[in-house]
Amino acid sequence: MKLPIYLDNHATTPLDPRVLEAMMPYFQEQFGNAASRNHAFGWVAEEAVETGRKQIASLIGANAKEIIFTSGATESTNLAIKGVADMYAERGNHIITAATEHKATLDTCKHLEKKGCRVTFLPVMQDGLIDLSMLREAITDKTILVSIMYANNEIGVIQPVAEIGRICKERSVLFHCDAVQAVGKIPVNVLTDNIDLMSISGHKIYGPKGVGALYVRRRNPRVQLTAQIDGGGHERGMRSGTLNVPGIAGLGKACELAQKEMAAESVRMAALRDRLKDKLMSALDETYINGSLEHRLPNNLNISFAYVEGESMLMGINDVAVSSGSACTSATLEPSYVLKALGAGDDLAHSSIRFGIGRFNTEEEIDYTAGKVISVVKKLRELSPLYEMVKEGIDLTKVQWTGH
Amino acid sequence: MAYSDKVLDHYNNPRNVGSLDKADQNVGTGIVGAPECGDVMKLQIKVNDATGIIDEAKFKTFGCGSAIASSSLATEWLKGKTVDEAMAIKNTDIVNELSLPPVKIHCSVLAEDAIKAAINDYKAKGSTRKPAAGVEA
Repeated sequence: MKLPIYLDNHATTPLDPRVLEAMMPYFQEQFGNAASRNHAFGWVAEEAVETGRKQIASLIGANAKEIIFTSGATESTNLAIKGVADMYAERGNHIITAATEHKATLDTCKHLEKKGCRVTFLPVMQDGLIDLSMLREAITDKTILVSIMYANNEIGVIQPVAEIGRICKERSVLFHCDAVQAVGKIPVNVLTDNIDLMSISGHKIYGPKGVGALYVRRRNPRVQLTAQIDGGGHERGMRSGTLNVPGIAGLGKACELAQKEMAAESVRMAALRDRLKDKLMSALDETYINGSLEHRLPNNLNISFAYVEGESMLMGINDVAVSSGSACTSATLEPSYVLKALGAGDDLAHSSIRFGIGRFNTEEEIDYTAGKVISVVKKLRELSPLYEMVKEGIDLTKVQWTGH
Repeated sequence: MAYSDKVLDHYNNPRNVGSLDKADQNVGTGIVGAPECGDVMKLQIKVNDATGIIDEAKFKTFGCGSAIASSSLATEWLKGKTVDEAMAIKNTDIVNELSLPPVKIHCSVLAEDAIKAAINDYKAKGSTRKPAAGVEA
């Protein structure tokens, strides 16, 4: 077993060697521009791009023509939301999203709010799921788009996407789904889920960074977007810019591998995740799983270890790469807005650790991690005045704190 | 983020972890911070009545590594000081000693607040404190 151990697979995943192999020819020998229509260099590149398009489409139940390549899911999400807001401005200006969405969605919506759109940020229930009746009530005749993620990047909670898609279809509202964490991990199908636009990222599925895709439905309904990047008219005019051929070959290969291996891999992920969960929860009291365990990605575990602070835990488990919802680990010095949205209290957000299990993790690594986390939490609880107070029978909610 | 060697040392080998008897007339207790803010420090001092010197200092901290290190360092510095000398400890002294980056300055502020809160608690007990043995009234 090699240290450090990587258990932060929601942030990014290592490149699968088979993906790298598929990319290699397009850096040097086959360096052509896929838009060069008049020579062999261009044709080879175009073929690689079209193969990638098919591989992605096949994984998500789409037609290859419905795949638009981008620089990553942040761009895909920006293009989907801004592109719809611009294109359908005459029909309405209302967008519905949820409080626990990725910043790519939330900040894009906030940007549009300043430009005159009205945005509803749906709250989530304690398990992280949106309330479908609230979604139904939020839709008005001005609503043009609902943007809800497939699975959350922090707590792994899977939204009832097929139901959301059905509601949107009934009300003739477009549905964008940020499926970055779900694609390749669980079955995703744009037809049965009634998804109109869907963001995909390469580097979350053992593909390269800097490449992503946006699924744009072509039939029933035909979705139109206003381009956000103008130029040579690539990608049916929706996204200009020379195509990242090696990246696309890699993203395509990553999708092909996921399609072949997902069924077996998700069982293995869930077994490793449950092994970690059971070890931690049987050894430590006052540990809480954040978000629904039932509606959850097989590779996600997000746990709060009450009375110890996240960054100090990360310092202790320094040979295992994980992340925390603690304020001290965030750029904004605010605790995780996703965990806050669950209503569990800021103190549990400060005490949370996200474990993201991936394709290359082993049982041995999980056991090492569990042992390490248990000893660090025990050590830090010995240091924790809160743990001591609770053991003395003091109700922390009744204490007069001197907040700062 | 990279931690300074001194922060790592205090985190890995925290000094003077523990608790003193809150009810002891010679013990001053300071608890500052709040769980929802992500840090709570409890700092306690025990003052020798005869000498006016802090004999013992203990801490427990819920917070990041820099908060743990700041309070651990504070207990080291408090021991052997008079109450007045302890009152003069500034958060900037802690920042300099531990090479804390700007985002961690609040940890040192919290430690200074905890020192002052513990001293004030000790002083507030003064009116009920029995004269120490051997000192003529």
